[in-house]
Amino acid sequence: MKLTINGTEREVDVDPEMPLLWVLRDELGMTGTKYGCGIAQCGACTVHLDGLAVRSCQVPVAEAAASNITTIEGLGTPDAMHAVQAAWVEHQVAQCGYCQSGQIMQAASLLEVNPDPTDEDIDNAMSGNLCRCGTYVRIRAAVKTAAKTLQEA
Amino acid sequence: MGRLKTLTRRAFLIGSVAVTGGVAFGAYIVGRDPENPLLAGLGDGEAAITPFVKITSEGVTLITPHADVGQGVYHAQALLIAEEMDLDLGQFEVSPGEPSAAYWNTAMAEEAVPFKSTDESFAAETMRSVMGGVFKVFGVQGTGGSSSMPDSFVKLREAGAVARETLKAAAAARTGVPVGDLTTASGEVRLPDASTIAYTDLATDAAGIEPVRSVTLRDPSEWRLVGKPTQRLDIVGKSTGTTPYGIDLQIPGMVHATVKMNPRRGPMNGYDASAAEGMRGVEKIIPVRNGVAVVASNTWYAIQAANAIEFDWGASPYPPEQDQHWAEVDASFTEERLNMEWRHDGDVDAALNGAEVISAEYRAPYVAHQPLEPLNAIVRVDENGAEVWANHQLPGFLKMQVAGVAGIEADQVTFHNQYGGGSFGHRLEFENITLATEIAMQMPGVPVKLTFSREEDFCQDFGRQIGAARAKGVVKDGKVEAFDLQIATTSAVASQGGRMGLPVGGPDTQISAGAWNNPYDIPNQRHRAYLVPELAPVSSWRSVGASGAGFFNEGPLDEMILAAGGDPLEERIRMCTHDDARKVLEAVREMSGWGSDLGPNRGRGVAFVNSFGVPTAEVIEVTMTDWGIKIDKVFVALDVGTIIDPDNFENHVQGGVVFGLGHAINSELTYSDGIAEQTNYHAAEGMRLYQTPEIHVRGLENAEKIRGVGEPPIPPAAPALANAIFAATGQRLREMPFNKFIDFV
Ligand code: FES
Ligand code: FES
Repeated sequence: MKLTINGTEREVDVDPEMPLLWVLRDELGMTGTKYGCGIAQCGACTVHLDGLAVRSCQVPVAEAAASNITTIEGLGTPDAMHAVQAAWVEHQVAQCGYCQSGQIMQAASLLEVNPDPTDEDIDNAMSGNLCRCGTYVRIRAAVKTAAKTLQEA
Repeated sequence: MGRLKTLTRRAFLIGSVAVTGGVAFGAYIVGRDPENPLLAGLGDGEAAITPFVKITSEGVTLITPHADVGQGVYHAQALLIAEEMDLDLGQFEVSPGEPSAAYWNTAMAEEAVPFKSTDESFAAETMRSVMGGVFKVFGVQGTGGSSSMPDSFVKLREAGAVARETLKAAAAARTGVPVGDLTTASGEVRLPDASTIAYTDLATDAAGIEPVRSVTLRDPSEWRLVGKPTQRLDIVGKSTGTTPYGIDLQIPGMVHATVKMNPRRGPMNGYDASAAEGMRGVEKIIPVRNGVAVVASNTWYAIQAANAIEFDWGASPYPPEQDQHWAEVDASFTEERLNMEWRHDGDVDAALNGAEVISAEYRAPYVAHQPLEPLNAIVRVDENGAEVWANHQLPGFLKMQVAGVAGIEADQVTFHNQYGGGSFGHRLEFENITLATEIAMQMPGVPVKLTFSREEDFCQDFGRQIGAARAKGVVKDGKVEAFDLQIATTSAVASQGGRMGLPVGGPDTQISAGAWNNPYDIPNQRHRAYLVPELAPVSSWRSVGASGAGFFNEGPLDEMILAAGGDPLEERIRMCTHDDARKVLEAVREMSGWGSDLGPNRGRGVAFVNSFGVPTAEVIEVTMTDWGIKIDKVFVALDVGTIIDPDNFENHVQGGVVFGLGHAINSELTYSDGIAEQTNYHAAEGMRLYQTPEIHVRGLENAEKIRGVGEPPIPPAAPALANAIFAATGQRLREMPFNKFIDFV
């Protein structure tokens, strides 16, 4: 099966029912995308399919094959961060950081469809992403900073 | 463990001698430094100055032995060394190092002694230093009890200063310039003629001389890094998905595994794996302990196959139904189960006798830890020993546990501590580690990565202790005249110690922690702790005893103050006998504008708890909306003595408040048929972003001793919320989780 991940074509040979999450992590070694719950409750596994945030633990790999898949590794890198990642660094959001790949992917998708979100929009878009360390105050602030950066760009 | 037992008993003897006056014997053992573990792995031209600083021609590595479970402690430890060593951020690497007795935790024991943290009497201090000595003798390297900063604050700055002075001595020997004329800055020694020698250039020279042991620490006014907001070492990695956690590591040749263990924690009578055997990707199905492991080429294949196995599980060693657990708690307020009377001021019985007594019963349930990174471990076992990759808070004990399972010596175990995706006490336990070892022993030479499914993680979690409290009070002349608090809980310490084979003696310091040590002067006040015999196994849950006992103290006390006609915050301030405590209460009064009119359907509540030596006050504002209670704002003030990094401090306090509130609102662990009823986050959510209030933080630095901030923000959150809800609605919440009784937005 062929997949397009972060602009690169990858070939995998797995059960077509296998969730994209486990293809990324255990077949391709792309571990920036995290396993948290496996049942769409935490958002740690969030990636983009054609620019839209989805829970990769819920997407059978066969369904993802038709789309452009973007993971946290493809959003930006330590040397060339996406505006959302830069805002996350500026606000020092992370504690343990385990949820933050998913938070960042969710926020990037939100700002893609809604460049100027209200507080309520942020609440609605981001509440499916659990942060057990409780960094929500900073997540809110960082989303706003990223929105500003993206608008000014 | 035989040796441990004897020595611990002797240490307790030392303790009792010490309290009456002499401590010479204990001090001797304690004074000896264990060997520097860095010396073993040193190459030519590499220097290990103290167990915390390694210098080669390539660079400087700072050893930060406290495990990072998200609290940013690698960063904080590195700051302390770098401060004295005159290194800039970015001029060094950090490494957790090899587990070693050199990295003992001298502060963890502090809370294990039966004195108030504010009690600085000779007896209390001596007992603490002796207990610290016990930890040092056994080389207990641990992260927990908010002890990392108390443990590191002086020790790591000293290590940095020793390194600095040793490098200067090496430079002096090479150049002939007197040490007194040398200075250091930005990773170099500077000479009077403005030339410089990089530390990395001095590695060989430094390796050849004795470390300079007599050093002076800098005055805080000279600090460049400590006390200033700095960028966390791990923040870019954690914002780009490039920081590897234990669960992310890939060791060449590695296989993936998962387990399914008896969810009742009893025996496994049998299993039928025929449906699982032929499933795609499955390599091996191995019975382990009281369950089965599936080894596969992918974690998902392993989980799918494990779910296809049919099991015959034996009964739970504890009562199967939740009601039975509560019944046992309720039956524990007896003379026989009285564990300790922690405090008795005045004469409570006399004050209650014949008076109009106000009574209240409070409850705090079991709660799961459930950090977002599920339990995992990679273990490889071969004829030479075992190698382990995981995150753990007790690396020394981890080696002993692995060795015990594998039938080898602890020094044949190599442990690579990883970044942890949260812990909250979860990574003090060993199930993932020992199970991975069992599986790896069946596959010699192959690294086995064991990952728990979230469901398995919930089922096998050792939650917070279960407990209840009975409060009685009398009010007179607008004041609380008598306050009697009885708390009964199971023991996290004994349950945990039992699994580790550690003897736990004396009263359980956690049952009433955060309650009996309140700073209030009430004419008649008594605190009694009752020990409920073990029910479901339990463990340390972020803030341990105080997570329940803080609620048990501050809820009923609020009721008494209101019954007396007092103002909840003004009365607490009036009754407060401890300066640092009063100041945090006054701080939240000012921050919240306490006393101003909030308008209809709104209310404010306050709570104060001193846990882990940190006086912490929180004021919470709520609104009763058509959709339920909305938490609007939280004002929190606390005093940790010295704040290492104000930016990380604020994040940590806000996170602690969210943790405390989220669980108080909606999380519990209940048992039915001996099995946990909550198996994933839908049933134990904690707080989500839309529920998160504004959280205003003020850190005070009046206290003399430095304390940790990991746990203290949690205990006041639940009672402050309950008290605020009462103010807004008139409904008194006496049992967590609160959503059983009232709706939340
Ligand atoms: S792992 Fe996919 S939502 Fe939790
Ligand atoms: S930072 Fe730890 S779960 Fe979000």
